[in-house]
Amino acid sequence: MEEINSLMHGFAVALTPMNLGLMMVGIILGVLIGVLPGLGGANGVAILLPLTFAMGNTPAGQVSAIILLSCIYWGALFGGAITSILFNIPGEPWSVATTFDGYPMAQQGKAGEALTAAFTSSFVGAFIAVLMITFLAPLVAKFALRFGPPEFFAVYLLTFCSFVGMTKSPPMKTVAAMMLGFALAAVGLDTVTGQLRLTFGFTELLKGFDFLIAVIGLFGIGEILLTIEEGLDFKGMTGKMKMKVVLETWKELPKYWKTSLRSSVIGCWMGITPGGATPASFMGYGVAKKFSPTGANFGKGEIEGVIAPETAAHAAGTSALLPMLTLGIPGSPTAAVLLGGLLVWGLQPGPMLFEEKKDFVWGLIASMYLGNIAGLIVVLTTVPFFAAILRIPFSIIAPVILVICAIGAFTVHSSMFDVWLMVVFGVIGYVFKKLDYPLAPLVLALVLGDRAEDAFRQSMLASQGTVTIFFSNPLVGSITTLALLMLFWAPLSSVIKRVRR
Amino acid sequence: MSQQQSNEKSAASLRMVDAVTAVIIFVIGAVVIWDSYRLGSKWGSDGPESGYFPFYIGAILCAASVINFVNALREKSVADGGESFVSRGSFRMVMSVMVPTVIYVVAIGGIGAIPGIGIYVASAIFIAVFMLWLGKYGWGKTVSVSFAVPIVFFLMFEIWFKVPLPKGPLEAMLGLN
Amino acid sequence: MHKTQKSFTSKFGRNILSAAVGAVVAFGTGFAAVGSAWEPTKSVEFVVPAGTGGGADQMARFIQGVVTKHNLMKQSLIVVNKSGGAGAEGFLDVKGAAKDPHKIIITLSNLFTTPLATGIPFNWKDLTPVQMLALDQFVLWVNADTPYKTAKEYTTAVKAAGPNKFKMGGTGSKQEDQIITVAIEKLTGDKFIYIPYKGGGEVAVQLVGKHVDSTVNNPIEAVEQWRAGKLRALCVFDDKVMPYKAKVTATLSWSDIPPCKTQGMDVDYQMLRGIFMPGGVTKEQVAFYIELFKKIQATPDWKEFMEKGAFDSTTLTGDEFVKWLTKEEQRHQSLMSEAGFLAKK
Repeated sequence: MEEINSLMHGFAVALTPMNLGLMMVGIILGVLIGVLPGLGGANGVAILLPLTFAMGNTPAGQVSAIILLSCIYWGALFGGAITSILFNIPGEPWSVATTFDGYPMAQQGKAGEALTAAFTSSFVGAFIAVLMITFLAPLVAKFALRFGPPEFFAVYLLTFCSFVGMTKSPPMKTVAAMMLGFALAAVGLDTVTGQLRLTFGFTELLKGFDFLIAVIGLFGIGEILLTIEEGLDFKGMTGKMKMKVVLETWKELPKYWKTSLRSSVIGCWMGITPGGATPASFMGYGVAKKFSPTGANFGKGEIEGVIAPETAAHAAGTSALLPMLTLGIPGSPTAAVLLGGLLVWGLQPGPMLFEEKKDFVWGLIASMYLGNIAGLIVVLTTVPFFAAILRIPFSIIAPVILVICAIGAFTVHSSMFDVWLMVVFGVIGYVFKKLDYPLAPLVLALVLGDRAEDAFRQSMLASQGTVTIFFSNPLVGSITTLALLMLFWAPLSSVIKRVRR
Repeated sequence: MSQQQSNEKSAASLRMVDAVTAVIIFVIGAVVIWDSYRLGSKWGSDGPESGYFPFYIGAILCAASVINFVNALREKSVADGGESFVSRGSFRMVMSVMVPTVIYVVAIGGIGAIPGIGIYVASAIFIAVFMLWLGKYGWGKTVSVSFAVPIVFFLMFEIWFKVPLPKGPLEAMLGLN
Repeated sequence: MHKTQKSFTSKFGRNILSAAVGAVVAFGTGFAAVGSAWEPTKSVEFVVPAGTGGGADQMARFIQGVVTKHNLMKQSLIVVNKSGGAGAEGFLDVKGAAKDPHKIIITLSNLFTTPLATGIPFNWKDLTPVQMLALDQFVLWVNADTPYKTAKEYTTAVKAAGPNKFKMGGTGSKQEDQIITVAIEKLTGDKFIYIPYKGGGEVAVQLVGKHVDSTVNNPIEAVEQWRAGKLRALCVFDDKVMPYKAKVTATLSWSDIPPCKTQGMDVDYQMLRGIFMPGGVTKEQVAFYIELFKKIQATPDWKEFMEKGAFDSTTLTGDEFVKWLTKEEQRHQSLMSEAGFLAKK
């Protein structure tokens, strides 16, 4: 096959000692960036981009440069899970769903297992996405082109619907939490009309409520406040800290191959279209909960609840590079910055790149395989180290976490206002948790609310106010139908069960 | 949810906090409705206007809060054996984190015309206070941790990643900004 | 591995050193006589009032790259995106940093449109104009599968179809793309459905996917799709043809795109790519940046970038730039009030 030949050639291009070295450096930096909340993959790549300008003068240098930058990206994808699991603070937006089961696992002394599961599933997701990029790139690029506003709205609808029935909180509290998320998402400039909404003349509100700041406050600070309530006497969280835990967890993982596969498909799809890694992780989690036999236990420390979002997020993050390379549209903010890098090195991403710069493209694809393997090795060796962090007494680790949260909130927009906002969200998180208002719907609405609204209103503009546009072609029709099926899954499945009996 | 110990009095009843929260959310909903009305909240000729969705979001928020408020009132008060939101002891613990945190954030960026001391110095003091006061650690450990953490962050953010964080007079004196 | 590690550490070391030197210098200048040229004493923040990956962001990161590559500045240049509220976040940030010479901002048309459309308390006069770097062109694009070969054919088809049938995709609402769309409508009597998207690259792809019928993308946003034969350029919104004669697609160069004026569509609109500093900075400080950008524009990289994006490489500084800005502000005021885009008072 032609692809195999090209790939082998790519490996020959990528496999130089220099490039392998860059891979390790990139991964380690990326993990560090992923661990620090606020400093996302996009920032990381942007910050280190200038370092690569001198490299990009030769074709071989261009390959090295993209390897360094893309490995930072892989590292950040891996690293986002670490703080989610250990401290309930998502390092990256796409690791919010990982906190749902990852953090309870860590509290039960299973941090090592959770980390291993997260890293391994990240790798699996990425690997499947790279396979897809290798063999299906042209086909997939065409599929991505079919996504207009109605299709995007249908995808967001599907994400919401796959999450319905997730929480056991009082229904009206769930509704209130979700609507609060939507309301917060609406603050700022309305894309469709260019009007300012809900800002009341406060210039701080112009940029809207950033998802990360809300999440750092709600989850991170909120959790510290809940923990401190029970006093400072440290309940020894002893986790297994040997490398053995990795092997033991690996033995468990194949059982969940269905979940991994499902999440990979969701992730690839969301990465290409480009919905992004964050909706992918939520959808992966929601769908897994619906289909898993132990779905009822999700949220209490189920390993499947870590596998599902991590696989989906990493598959999405990886496949997001495909539209960037073939169409010149970035599937994620990080891909957007990488795109800028390509331009500076004198490469024009887009349909011609695959034809004109074979070495570069296949070198990059080969580096995706290598980079993810390198990444997996690096992060797995750190599992005992990170699991050991939980042994540090609370009165040392708590202020350090608070400092990290403050730095994280500040770096998102370089704004002190955001740090205050984070503190307020922390209090909200604490109160809501105690009053049984669920946080997941709030966060989901906050991250997808304005995007869903934009897509809906763009569709309405296109159809001049006709709602049937969401069934106007087989693609959008089937996604919408799927979403409605998900929405009524609980009553439907009980009917099916009854019929079977 | 009830970590309330029998010998500890309740600082606030669940019922009261629940009701107050519902009222606050109701007010937020009302504010959203008000602003949506200003923006135009109808379904125009080419789809919904700017305030269309926020209007209904606000309306649903208000409606849900009314139900939550009624439900909250139906709960028993602490005197009748209802649940406590937080006991006095726990509340004191929470405040022992909240108050230093608020002071910490003030110290980073200052307030009004008073300039802050920057995130690095503030962090060092914050960690030290926490360790000395709440953790009862000795000076040796305290100083080493509270110095090491900000220095590591300084190297990482300012020098390596080139992300400027708030700095104060100390950094200016050392010429590090 | 070895090599990179070394380069990282040496960079690290150099920074400490330069910080130390900076401290000494800063201490020294306090006493030294004024008169020596001003230079940044710490890293300079380069604000982009738009999201990552857009035209302004690409240019800013490109400039950052050129500065680093050719070692044009002792201190580093750090790109910061402040895109909230159609760039209002960035403008207000720089406005609030009066007298800070370690901050510059790259602007696009939202310098005028955002305050007009949203009523935020900002005007370009709150900033110190440094230099116009270039003007970005706008081109009318359609999908290559459509039968329209000229702008005239296209507008005839739009007219024949009746109002609200053809979809024009663009970046943002009440910003440059929609202003051009309204201007076309005024001239031809056509009525488009204008669909706003978040970024220019997204708009070009929506056109390739036939979700909209035409766009007014900047050249750099659509050039790759054009080269791949997915899009067709109908005309450029300028009164003269673009000067770049090198072939971009198999048969066409930028200079082969006719001005819209010759197509019965007399719309002339370019977008500013300019550099500003906060208000209240000194002449010496402005002079430093003018000199810096002069050096940047002299590099071959810059010339290549200008050609790739088919920019109008007119540069202006000082009074001429201010004059241009004043005129352009009035023009936006009238364009936007005609279109009904001004913020309700």
